[in-house]
Amino acid sequence: MRNGEAAVQMPAGKKSAKRNKLLKKLNWRGLVAIAGFFLGWHLVVVMGLPGFKEISSPLMVLQTFFGDYLTNSVYWDSWLQSFKRVIYGFILAQVIGIPLGLLLGTRESFNNLVYPVIEILRPIPPLAWVPISILFWPTAESSIIFITFIGAFFIIVINIHDAVRSIKKEHLWLAQSLGANSRKIFLRIMIPSVIPSIAVGMTLGMAVTWNVVIAAEMIASDSGLGRLTWEGYTSHTVSVVIIGMISIGLAGYVSTAVVDYLEKKMMPWRIAR
Amino acid sequence: MGTPWWRSRKFWLMWVGYICAVAAWYASVKWLPIDAFNRLPDPWTVAKEWFSPEPVYGVSIFTPVYYDHILYSVYRATAAFALAVVLGVPLGIIMAWNKTFDAYASALVGLLRPIPPLAWIPLAILMFPGIELAVIYVTFLVAFFATIMNTYVGVKSIDQDYFRAAASLGSSSRDVLRHVIIPGALPNIFTGLQIAMGAAWFSLAAGEMIAAQYGLGYLIFEAYNLIQFPTIVIGMATLGVAGYISSAIIRVVGNRLMRWHAQSFGMGG
Amino acid sequence: MSAIGEIGRALNEAENSTAITPRPNEGHLSIQNVSKIYDPDGAHVVAVNNASLEIAPGDFVAIVGPSGCGKSTLMNIVAGFDNVTSGLVKLDGNDLATPNSPPRPGPDRVVVFQNGALFPWKTVLENVMYGPIVQHKMTPKEAEEKAIDLLAKCGGLDKVADSYPPQLSSGMQRRVEIVRALVNEPKILLLDEPFRAMDTVSKTVMHQHLLEMYRVCRRTIVFITHDLEEAIYLADRVVVMTSRPGTIKSIIQVNLPRPRVPDMMLGAEYLALKAQAIAGVHEEAKKAFERGEKEHA
Repeated sequence: MRNGEAAVQMPAGKKSAKRNKLLKKLNWRGLVAIAGFFLGWHLVVVMGLPGFKEISSPLMVLQTFFGDYLTNSVYWDSWLQSFKRVIYGFILAQVIGIPLGLLLGTRESFNNLVYPVIEILRPIPPLAWVPISILFWPTAESSIIFITFIGAFFIIVINIHDAVRSIKKEHLWLAQSLGANSRKIFLRIMIPSVIPSIAVGMTLGMAVTWNVVIAAEMIASDSGLGRLTWEGYTSHTVSVVIIGMISIGLAGYVSTAVVDYLEKKMMPWRIAR
Repeated sequence: MGTPWWRSRKFWLMWVGYICAVAAWYASVKWLPIDAFNRLPDPWTVAKEWFSPEPVYGVSIFTPVYYDHILYSVYRATAAFALAVVLGVPLGIIMAWNKTFDAYASALVGLLRPIPPLAWIPLAILMFPGIELAVIYVTFLVAFFATIMNTYVGVKSIDQDYFRAAASLGSSSRDVLRHVIIPGALPNIFTGLQIAMGAAWFSLAAGEMIAAQYGLGYLIFEAYNLIQFPTIVIGMATLGVAGYISSAIIRVVGNRLMRWHAQSFGMGG
Repeated sequence: MSAIGEIGRALNEAENSTAITPRPNEGHLSIQNVSKIYDPDGAHVVAVNNASLEIAPGDFVAIVGPSGCGKSTLMNIVAGFDNVTSGLVKLDGNDLATPNSPPRPGPDRVVVFQNGALFPWKTVLENVMYGPIVQHKMTPKEAEEKAIDLLAKCGGLDKVADSYPPQLSSGMQRRVEIVRALVNEPKILLLDEPFRAMDTVSKTVMHQHLLEMYRVCRRTIVFITHDLEEAIYLADRVVVMTSRPGTIKSIIQVNLPRPRVPDMMLGAEYLALKAQAIAGVHEEAKKAFERGEKEHA
């Protein structure tokens, strides 16, 4: 810590303090870590360590990207395809899942009837549904969107179901004693209490959705970023595989950022963490 | 309520729900005039196949090959999970405890985490000297990140006062780790472990479908390719059961370790 | 058994026994011109401004003031959770906190926290045994014996030795926490608004318990509170602080005889002291309120 006489400000100290503030905001350590990672990657490939003989170095990846992919319409089309599937599946899951979750949370009989079935279906990994989905749906596209939907659907239903059931009874009793009818209780108490878990469900669902889309594309499609990555593998062009992975990561990051933004808008009263 | 739980309304409704679901499944496959549904296997065929000593497609609870598949999947899931816990929990604790380490590690985690674990499959196959390791690696990755995140949150959410109290009572760093951090973060850690387990199964199924031989994911995909539809459902159901049991095991272990947690809730706290 | 009855029993039991080793010459706290400034080159928040205070061994001193007056900061400095920007704190002649030394908490100055910091994952007994064990001062057996002994002497708490803190009422939790502190035979016991979250009736009971513990295990006690009445009732001296910059406005000597009984609060002497203290605090409290002070500086 600084020494003594802090009651009087020392002008000489101000400059170094400003620099320190900037450094702190920059998280130079994080940058060092990331730089170290890429350096390590490069070295390991150049040295030909076991397991890395076939992997391309960061430079080669960049070369391939700027050479063949940046201006390649097929590449950007893959982005579009994957995003389309993600958005359709995700939104479908929210549109069906949120009302269902609310219904399950509020109507006890309905809950006892339906929720156990959901609990049984939940542990089945979404990708295990692929063959059934392919059998059932007429087009490959719809079967992929179905898988995407499954991934996000269970997450959001369960999140909302749990949230509604944990609304303090006292809040409901208070509203009733103040003369609110069911509709008002629903709108004014239930929905705001449930919004945080909708937000959580959406964030988790988005992450799962991307995971699912990629794998589904690898298995069952001929377009999209997952397919791209897989084709890089089958054609033994590792740079393409890595480009695919990075693209997917970026796409996932962007989607999560969008969902986070929506989350903040939905809950303006949440104090920044 | 005076009646025991297995006679309650809730219990009966649950079974009615199950029966309705199965009936709806059956009805839609057999009677619905929609081709898409008709192609699916119906519950009766599946049940017959699953429990028959002489299954048409060779996979039932009586065939050893069924258990081979289960064993492979369970082995992979357990190995990946164990590795994720052994590496993830300590890493999560260190990241949450030591700010310097956190600055380095968070950046790396932030860099690698957005990449969906399944996207690693092609690269993993190229990097690792065998499909087995590649699939375990991808499964491990999912569980690993989930464990780190939840452990991190668990440690960070420990009230500062407990640390201060421990310091005031003369604790060394090791004491704090053993008596404050680990017990304090344990509830979150166990939630994380359950999530990690579920995620591990999820990844495993995908990895097996894409690239492995043996295993439940592989079984499902094979069955599809060989047009053995009832077996598809057998595979799916088995996966579901396996996932559920493993999560339940973790939950039970957690409850035993955290008796203090359960007890306080029991007292209506 | 009623609270008063329990105390009477403890009184009788504790009459000829000493719960912990008396240290009549230890616990001399000297706070000399202590200032604490947060973010000196930036926001320059003066939490404590040139505070000086001498506390004799065995004194019960209460520090009162409105939100943001620096009382908690001062306590944190003495406890060793924070360091001083300038000034000096000495304990029994040794330097406790200087501007250049890193903050150092320790079992010679144990803290009892506002919201309670009993480890919920340990039983009452394990909590109380914790200090002596991690300091390697006793074997587990010895620690257990001493813990049970002290728990019993402080209101029969040995009965809940195997319960977990969340199962107890907040009053019992707080008492256990005080026992956990005392079992370490600290030179100073620091209490940070320990009864703040309790209702009036529970508070009154807790006061009697605390006073009894003070009688049975006499130590220097520094008691932080915003409740003037509580401060005057419990302490030998009441230090009144003002809000930012936090300074010691006045030190009121409380000459009420011990043992203190609730009836004293109706007496003329007590009311006079109260009036004296209020005069000092009211002005500052208004200022703090208007500034929208947050509770924890």
